[in-house]
Amino acid sequence: MTLNDILAFLPMVTLLTWAILLLVADLWIPPERKRLTALLSAIGLAVTLGLTLAQLSFTQAGNSLTAFHDMVVTDGFSVFLDIIFLGSGLAAVTLAYNYLKRMGIERGEYYSLLLFSLSGMLLMASAHDLIIVFLALELLSIPLYVLAGFARPRVESEEAALKYFLLGAFATGFVLYGISLMFAATGHTDLAGVLAAAEGGSAFVRPLFLAGAALFLVGLSFKVAAVPFNMWVPDVYQGSPSPVSAFMSVGAKVAGFAALLRVFVMAFPSLGAEMTPLLWGLAALTMLAGNVLALAQNNIKRLLAYSSIANAGYLLMALVPYASGQAAASGVAAMLFFFAAYALTSLGAWVVVVALEQAEGQGLLIDDYAGLGRKSPWLALAMTVFMLSFTGFPLTLGFWGKFFLFRAAVQGGFTGLALVGLLTSLLSAYYYLRVVVVMFMRAGQPQVCNELWLGLTAGVLAVLVVVLSFMPNPLLLLASGAGIR
Amino acid sequence: MSFLVHPLFLVTFFPLLGLLVIAFLKEEQKTAIRWVALATSLVDFGLSLWVLAEFNGANPALQLNLDLVWLKIAGLEIHFHFGVDGLSILLLLLTTFLTPIAILSTWSGVGLLRERVKGFMLFFMLLETAMTGVFLSLDLVLFYIFWEFTLIPMYFLIGIWGGERRIYAAIKFILYTMAGSLLMLLAILYIGYQAGSFSLPELVAHRSAFAAAQTWLFLAFALAFAIKVPMWPLHSWLPDAHVEAPTAGSVILAGVLLKMGAYGFLRFNLPLFPQATLQLAPWMGLLAVVGILYGAIVAVGQQDLKKLVAYSSVSHLGFVMLGIFALNPQGLSGGVLQMVNHGLSTGALFLIVGMLYDRRHTHLFSAFSGLWKIMPVLGGLTLVVTLSSMGLPGLNGFVGEFTILLGAFGSPTIWSPWLALAATLGVILAAIYLLTMFEKVYLGRVMQEENLQLKDISTREILTLAPILVLIFWIGLYPKPFFDLINPTVGQLSAMLQSAAVALH
Repeated sequence: MTLNDILAFLPMVTLLTWAILLLVADLWIPPERKRLTALLSAIGLAVTLGLTLAQLSFTQAGNSLTAFHDMVVTDGFSVFLDIIFLGSGLAAVTLAYNYLKRMGIERGEYYSLLLFSLSGMLLMASAHDLIIVFLALELLSIPLYVLAGFARPRVESEEAALKYFLLGAFATGFVLYGISLMFAATGHTDLAGVLAAAEGGSAFVRPLFLAGAALFLVGLSFKVAAVPFNMWVPDVYQGSPSPVSAFMSVGAKVAGFAALLRVFVMAFPSLGAEMTPLLWGLAALTMLAGNVLALAQNNIKRLLAYSSIANAGYLLMALVPYASGQAAASGVAAMLFFFAAYALTSLGAWVVVVALEQAEGQGLLIDDYAGLGRKSPWLALAMTVFMLSFTGFPLTLGFWGKFFLFRAAVQGGFTGLALVGLLTSLLSAYYYLRVVVVMFMRAGQPQVCNELWLGLTAGVLAVLVVVLSFMPNPLLLLASGAGIR
Repeated sequence: MSFLVHPLFLVTFFPLLGLLVIAFLKEEQKTAIRWVALATSLVDFGLSLWVLAEFNGANPALQLNLDLVWLKIAGLEIHFHFGVDGLSILLLLLTTFLTPIAILSTWSGVGLLRERVKGFMLFFMLLETAMTGVFLSLDLVLFYIFWEFTLIPMYFLIGIWGGERRIYAAIKFILYTMAGSLLMLLAILYIGYQAGSFSLPELVAHRSAFAAAQTWLFLAFALAFAIKVPMWPLHSWLPDAHVEAPTAGSVILAGVLLKMGAYGFLRFNLPLFPQATLQLAPWMGLLAVVGILYGAIVAVGQQDLKKLVAYSSVSHLGFVMLGIFALNPQGLSGGVLQMVNHGLSTGALFLIVGMLYDRRHTHLFSAFSGLWKIMPVLGGLTLVVTLSSMGLPGLNGFVGEFTILLGAFGSPTIWSPWLALAATLGVILAAIYLLTMFEKVYLGRVMQEENLQLKDISTREILTLAPILVLIFWIGLYPKPFFDLINPTVGQLSAMLQSAAVALH
């Protein structure tokens, strides 16, 4: 282990160490003072974020660091994603701060599990080897299975955990099998070696490689919630404690896409002819099914679950031209930009959900939002911003997010797919705006938890969504500078 | 930061200053909120007069350009580009002219308009900024942003302050218009990718880059604009939106928002896709004429004042579209002027319907008769507005419709003279439904006892109608200054289309 290795790996190691120490320290923190654990975990996240930002100035100059014999890499791509992961982690801590106590499930291990899962995500963003991808996938998933069941003994939560665990393990199996087939076909697990073998290695077996790549895609499709591998999503999002769902909707999804992007762009360009139609179908189906099914939802958590499926579809759309040079680069930049827009929007919407959720799963129906516009106009306004951003209305970050995704698809020559995306966006306008209708145009007496932290988080996120849409250039430059090389 | 004092920037974003002030006022300070909103919109009208003073009517080109790079990465540049020419100057003035009138008309509003003034005015300020931006934007992406953003304030205005079926109408309004604009977004992305730019002047110069797909691109843009106009058969959102919207919302919807569609054809479809325009012009003209007749015939059968005015809008906007697709100078300039005329006379009709609603809380014909005896002043004003909408010579409607028909008769592109002849029928039908409306409401005996107590028009209400009436007479008697603003740009546009026609054959 050289200094180089340590420098490249510092944020992830810091977070992992912090998580272990927190687990131990929590033993001495009395049950009535669990907020100290929350505070400590937030400090850990802030420290890691600081280290990541220090790396940012390094990668922005166009540098990258590989470490542990090319197993992991720190480049613009990984740093950009790390910031999103850590941001969503901080949001998950903020959301849980009071929520766990309100719901009577305040236990310190929430925070260390969160940090463990996050360190898996950081590892995923840096993964430069198929083995590391697998390792990261396990490290990020297993704590999430536990977190999904954190509201035990509530049956819904236990069901969510079991469902998530079973399907997640199944998906991981696909990934692992795919990796082993690819290893058999190429003799390598490092992405550069796989690429070299696929483009003219002597002992290369193409059908085996293709089968491995397809299985890999299927496995990760579970993680990013693409149709038809999405069955778990609504139930798990609904059953899990809301802060966990919020974290899943951003962290787990973005991590899945990180792996897809890195591996597809780096190792699979030679499979473009086979993979492109596959991804096309997957993207179209996901956009269509996610948006159509969302129309019928009455529960806000299920609505957001289907919305997260639909958004996976839009993201996949920009992945379709992954094998074609210029369009691929703009696709990667568009996806990175969209991650940021989606993270701010989705986390914001979940903040509002947490603010309205009551014990025993009350306050989660969309109808429970009636009258929110009169009762707490600022919270309703923030929710409106998030819904408009999800829809892709101008003057929200979501508009630019979709704009660049669609642009990437058009640039890659997939105008038809972009058309599917735009028409399904129209469907999504109906269900997102329904929330706005209920909040502002129906009378009611919603129960709102007036907590300073929640209001502040929702406000900050809403302001970011709007203000960044007026000056998207810095974020865009950051995203387009963070390509995979 | 010199763009902050650019007249076009100021006229667009000044309402946001009013919005900020209103945001800091309390919900209970209703009078203050109303006055701030009115003052803001009046100052904004003043600013648009400043734009007019700076504007050189003899110059056909885009003027007062404000061109800043907004967003720039490799291979992509989006500009913040504002400019004004003969196509947009009158529509800009119409927007800033109608907004204070619409705001003043809410003073006596009933129901929620009385209770929740703050939100209403906030959305109105947002709406004014968005509409102004639509008419001034010269970058396709910037245009799309303003275009799409106008939906949000209007959605809330209808959805919160509207009538009984307001939620249905608001959702129908937003989904219908979004359906069109999403396809336009796709076309914009395609053009941007093919030509490497989103800036309208640049794209007009390099339109050969996407000429191969121009029929499709024309249709994608046309769908967005035709829904907004609305052209038959895409009009079905309009009656719902109009009937449910509060008076001020209807005034703006008819007066300005519908014009955005017709303006879009002039600004984008014609110069960007001239060949496709020439090929599709007969069909667009046909749809326009069907719209004229359909709107008029349906208007004849209405039992609801607001619905009647809404369907008359479909018919009148048909004239505008017919003029535009005549593609000759008369047709085009008549179309532009008729947009203004329709904004004035239909705006005034909606104001009058609103005044009746404030008094009787209904739009149905059956609630009114013989009102002339009770409210002679309102009756007289209504008569003038009705005649203006009908196209009586000496009033504004005549000038616009006459010029349009002249253009349509003389146009080789649109099956002359059959379409123009059919459109003339629309003028006759307009006389039937408008005079019937007037007769039912104002003439005859008073059948309803409760109407005997109705008060005649108030000073404030006269103030909302008077400026419109002045313009109705002005344009009707001496339209030259208005045509002088329009003609140079329109002449240039039609000359360009002529040369495209030569290239086509």
